[in-house]
Amino acid sequence: MMRHILGPVLVILCGLLAWEVLHLLVANSSLPSPLATFVEMGVLLRDPDFWKQAAQTAQAFAVAVVLSTVGGIALGVLLGMKRLAGQVAEPILVNLYSLPKVTLYPVVLLIFGLGISARIAFGIMHGLIPLTLFTMNAILQLKPVYRRSAAVMGLTSWQTALRVVLPAILPQVITGARLGVSLCLLGVLIGEMFAARNGLGYMVTHAMERGDMPTVLAVALIIAAVALAANGLLLALDRSRQP
Amino acid sequence: MALASLFTASTYAMWLRLAVIAGAVGALELACRIGWVPMTIVLPPSVMAASLVELLASGAYSRDILVSFSNVALAALLAVGLGFLIGAILHALPAVRSAVEPLLASYYAVPTFMFYPVFIILFGVGSGAIIAIAVLLAIVAMITATLNGVDRIPPVLSKTARIFRMGPVERALKISLPAALPYLFTGVKLSVAYAFIGVIASEFILSGAGIGYAIAYAYNNFNNRSMYGLMLLIVLAVTLINTGLDMIDRRLQARLRR
Amino acid sequence: MSAAALAQVPVVAPDDHHARLRGVTRIFGPRNGTGVHALGPVDLDLRRGEFFSVVGPSGCGKSTLLDVLAGLSFPTAGTAEFEGKPITGVPAGVGVVFQEDASFPWLSVEDNVAFGLRRSGVDGAEIARRVDYALGFMGLKAFAKAYPAQLSGGMRQRVCIARTLVMQPRLILLDEPFGALDQQTRLLMGDELLRLWRETSATVLLITHALDEAAMLSDRVGVMSARPGLFIDVLDTGWPRDRDSRIVSHPRFGELTAHLWEKLRAESLKHLRGS
Repeated sequence: MMRHILGPVLVILCGLLAWEVLHLLVANSSLPSPLATFVEMGVLLRDPDFWKQAAQTAQAFAVAVVLSTVGGIALGVLLGMKRLAGQVAEPILVNLYSLPKVTLYPVVLLIFGLGISARIAFGIMHGLIPLTLFTMNAILQLKPVYRRSAAVMGLTSWQTALRVVLPAILPQVITGARLGVSLCLLGVLIGEMFAARNGLGYMVTHAMERGDMPTVLAVALIIAAVALAANGLLLALDRSRQP
Repeated sequence: MALASLFTASTYAMWLRLAVIAGAVGALELACRIGWVPMTIVLPPSVMAASLVELLASGAYSRDILVSFSNVALAALLAVGLGFLIGAILHALPAVRSAVEPLLASYYAVPTFMFYPVFIILFGVGSGAIIAIAVLLAIVAMITATLNGVDRIPPVLSKTARIFRMGPVERALKISLPAALPYLFTGVKLSVAYAFIGVIASEFILSGAGIGYAIAYAYNNFNNRSMYGLMLLIVLAVTLINTGLDMIDRRLQARLRR
Repeated sequence: MSAAALAQVPVVAPDDHHARLRGVTRIFGPRNGTGVHALGPVDLDLRRGEFFSVVGPSGCGKSTLLDVLAGLSFPTAGTAEFEGKPITGVPAGVGVVFQEDASFPWLSVEDNVAFGLRRSGVDGAEIARRVDYALGFMGLKAFAKAYPAQLSGGMRQRVCIARTLVMQPRLILLDEPFGALDQQTRLLMGDELLRLWRETSATVLLITHALDEAAMLSDRVGVMSARPGLFIDVLDTGWPRDRDSRIVSHPRFGELTAHLWEKLRAESLKHLRGS
């Protein structure tokens, strides 16, 4: 267990060292040192304004995650049930996934205005597709022998869905959720970075315009830490289901 | 025979898919024309297409288009080349790999994009920072694909290489590389997509050139016609590139036995 | 432990041996007694040009024996030699066909078959001649341009056999080559193997768990015990050189198979019960 953690910790320490070296190398040191950044993080975490902005981001993120999870799974199940529908939809979804959705953000702004709903919509645009794709493929790839076994054992279709299909597709759905949650956050943050007056994304762009790099890095690192923690939680959930 | 029926089934799906897309475009056109969707918000697809033709013909955006595409190409090339190299090195060093792999697994959870300002400090506002963030976004997909590809080379093929008494270089070139190629190509596909996203998004948020910048500029100046024309350009370009890569991918995947 | 109670049979032929194992032992893992003792000590002489089969329960070290002869792994103790020279790596003149499909999915059938020849510096006309012959011999002519993914498992295994055949090996090692195929295909592939053996006059060592396959194809059959693998019996089949799968109706075939099963039953039970 110790060994398990030791490796990644060493890699992170190497990263910090590289950062410090970069800080010393960059002319006039506009790149803050790791220490300065951590100090700034401490300051931010005690600053009520930071928590106000964080609450804005968290609110948009939470709504976007819930809606894209429910919507993505529902859409994935619908498309997965009909093989043809899945075949028709998959390339379209893959294409939408690899589209730089940021270019479509102005359309979202034109439709939803400059408020929080635009950021929620943009978060959903990012998070919905991976969940749909993973759920759909999980159902399409379900081994036919599972359903046949369920039928032989005399399970009703409702029991089959609950006791056989759901547990069988769950690992892939969780993988999709992991990706979806991360992208949802990215969508909300990019939305805030462009055309917003609050939220952590706005805080970063605003600090950048002021040339306040410690704040930029501190906010980015705090977000990264929260994202990693959420991801780790889902990863642990994923692993606990596998023998 | 099974293959033939699969083929016709997939062609059927393709036609159906085209019909679905055509239907959606037609519905949007209709909704705009009869005023369900106000023209101030969304333009009818025909107007978008006309705008795209105009702006391509006028050459007003030629420089932006060239900048964006060359940045995407360079970023994708760097990500694929470096990602493959790093993946191969990690595979050769299991101790380092086991330390790095947990971090790779959660890499895409971090909104890398938030670190774009750091790259602006390091490289200045311009192509350097944009390419750097795009490479950062794309490279891990290639590293992961390389590790996966090399892992999946069947042991019997490595044994066969030994039976043919191959040296390490010949074995890498004639056995490992072709055996891992289908998996490597998945990495190439993802890297190109992420390079595209990284470049266009960076231009959009903060830059002075490129299609992403041009779209943001048009939005800020209420120039919806140009904005939608450029958006159509991005959508068409991504679709075209994806379809092309997908065709190669399919051909490679078909060679993998099932 | 109980294997020691069985009389171990040294499979030696002092006169004309093509490959020779003496006291070959293989222990996986640490040697301080906690490792897995997989094989031996085994003595084995393969006569030049004979068809020798090895049967034994799962996990008895049959494949390890083959790996030692192929130079793919080295004995923990004992010596292995081929044509009078100690085996220090994969020897020239040895061809191996594995149970797993080892065809290269990125090459067409003919390129697969020509693969070894192209890198050994044989001239183009000779390559074309040999590949053409091997494709014809294995019934692959119509599929020369096809890719392995388009072929059945049996056809892919033919590709692997043809790829080995064109190199004109003097010793052919086969590690359960038909293990993944259905019974009818196995019998027909067995016929082709016999034909190949007759025409090339190579020495053949076949590892198999199918008793009927061993009884039908071989000149001699070595029976191995459960782990650690030791030869507990060697059977001379006495078949004529130009035999084929039709000998399954010969009364001797039944006797041979029954004899092999008698020897193997107790050993297989040991494996089943996980002792």
